[in-house]
Amino acid sequence: MKSVTKAYRPISWPMKGAGGDTGSWRTHRPVVDIQKCTKCQICWVYCPEAVINREESTIDYRYCKGCGVCAVECPTGAISMEKEA
Amino acid sequence: MKAAQVIMDTGAHAAALAVKSARVDVVPGYPITPQTSIMEALAAMVENGELHARFIPVEGEHSSMAAAVAASAAGARVFTATSANGLLYMHDVLHMASGGRLPVVMCNVNRGIFAPWTLWADHQDSMSQRDTGWIQYHCSSNQEVFNTILQAFRVAEQINIPVMVNFDGFAISHCLMPLTLPPQEDIDRFLPLHEPEWRLDPAHPSSFSNVTNASEYAPFRQMLSEDIMAAIPLVKQAAQEYKDITGMWDGDTIDTYRLEDAEVVALAVNSMAAELRLSIDILREQGIKAGLLRPRLYLPFPAEDIISVLPKNAQVMVLDRNYNFGHPGGILAAELKSVLFGRRNDITVKNRVMGIGGIDLTRRFMAAEIRAMMDEK
Repeated sequence: MKSVTKAYRPISWPMKGAGGDTGSWRTHRPVVDIQKCTKCQICWVYCPEAVINREESTIDYRYCKGCGVCAVECPTGAISMEKEA
Repeated sequence: MKAAQVIMDTGAHAAALAVKSARVDVVPGYPITPQTSIMEALAAMVENGELHARFIPVEGEHSSMAAAVAASAAGARVFTATSANGLLYMHDVLHMASGGRLPVVMCNVNRGIFAPWTLWADHQDSMSQRDTGWIQYHCSSNQEVFNTILQAFRVAEQINIPVMVNFDGFAISHCLMPLTLPPQEDIDRFLPLHEPEWRLDPAHPSSFSNVTNASEYAPFRQMLSEDIMAAIPLVKQAAQEYKDITGMWDGDTIDTYRLEDAEVVALAVNSMAAELRLSIDILREQGIKAGLLRPRLYLPFPAEDIISVLPKNAQVMVLDRNYNFGHPGGILAAELKSVLFGRRNDITVKNRVMGIGGIDLTRRFMAAEIRAMMDEK
């Protein structure tokens, strides 16, 4: 008789990319115009996926789903949504 | 060493006393006849300080099992009880308990299902939960209810699969029988405190039952299917070690009576199987070589034990207290036939459904039924 298997429980631990490469879901990509960016960090606050770098205002496109919240919230219009190829 | 104590009590109170002896941490509960006596007894034990557990009164059985699942995932030893439509209302969350690999133990006090309403015993409720991934015991006496709950916790926590302990409404739940209570230190030796290797813990965050892709989902289901089968040796081990410690024995996966030389074998579960022993004696007095085979474990169905124990060329009379809708007869007969097919072609299986909605099953009635079945083609 087979003994009980080890990794049998449906448990997951928080880690970067635990949900897969969600960047592949994107139809539009947020592009930051660094000249207009004032480093106010509002995009960082609003990003639901935590893919915006707080200091550099760069975006991790591997996980960015392209929801566009950052582009709407940016007070200086520094983020535009561009159609993915 | 302290001696065991012998009292007179009902099956429902036997269940509550076993839960107390198991040092359960959390008891969610919702009343339904005939199970309510278990919850009343446990609520009183928590209230008067006899049982150091959290009693959670909820608004329905779906919530009752949801609370049981959550408490079990948080690492508690959890017990709840229900009957009939209460069990059916839990159906959704029963799958969460088994798929989530949570060792919840629940009593289901068997009662027929609506419509029309009935309060009395048959086995449609528990047997209709066959495919939920729970282990199921069926008990035939108050003492066996007590003993089985303790064994159930042990098996459940060894393989992290929930266990349902079934017994008949009223015939067991509300009738007084002598009940032996082993000393608490013996029970503690048999069933140590629950120490799960994982629990939901804010200090070590994890998520439970996240969405999975097919390639992740399928192995979980495969493992559950295989691990349920691994319960059989653990059920035997638990019964044997319980006997070594307490001296009490109700059978392991199966229980038999006068079976060795039997030509006619009655197969049934729960209280009717206790009464059937008397029917077997009647048949023996009439010169019929009759015996009893009672599956104590309904799930996983103890196929190998049944195959090995049935005497050569026996006629097996399956007495089902349930219907297998869409097929003639009952559910146990279908289970038995699927086990015997290609393995024991010498065995003849005959089947009758009886005792539905609490119709009384007396020793004389069942002996007469078996005699009549012997003459059937």
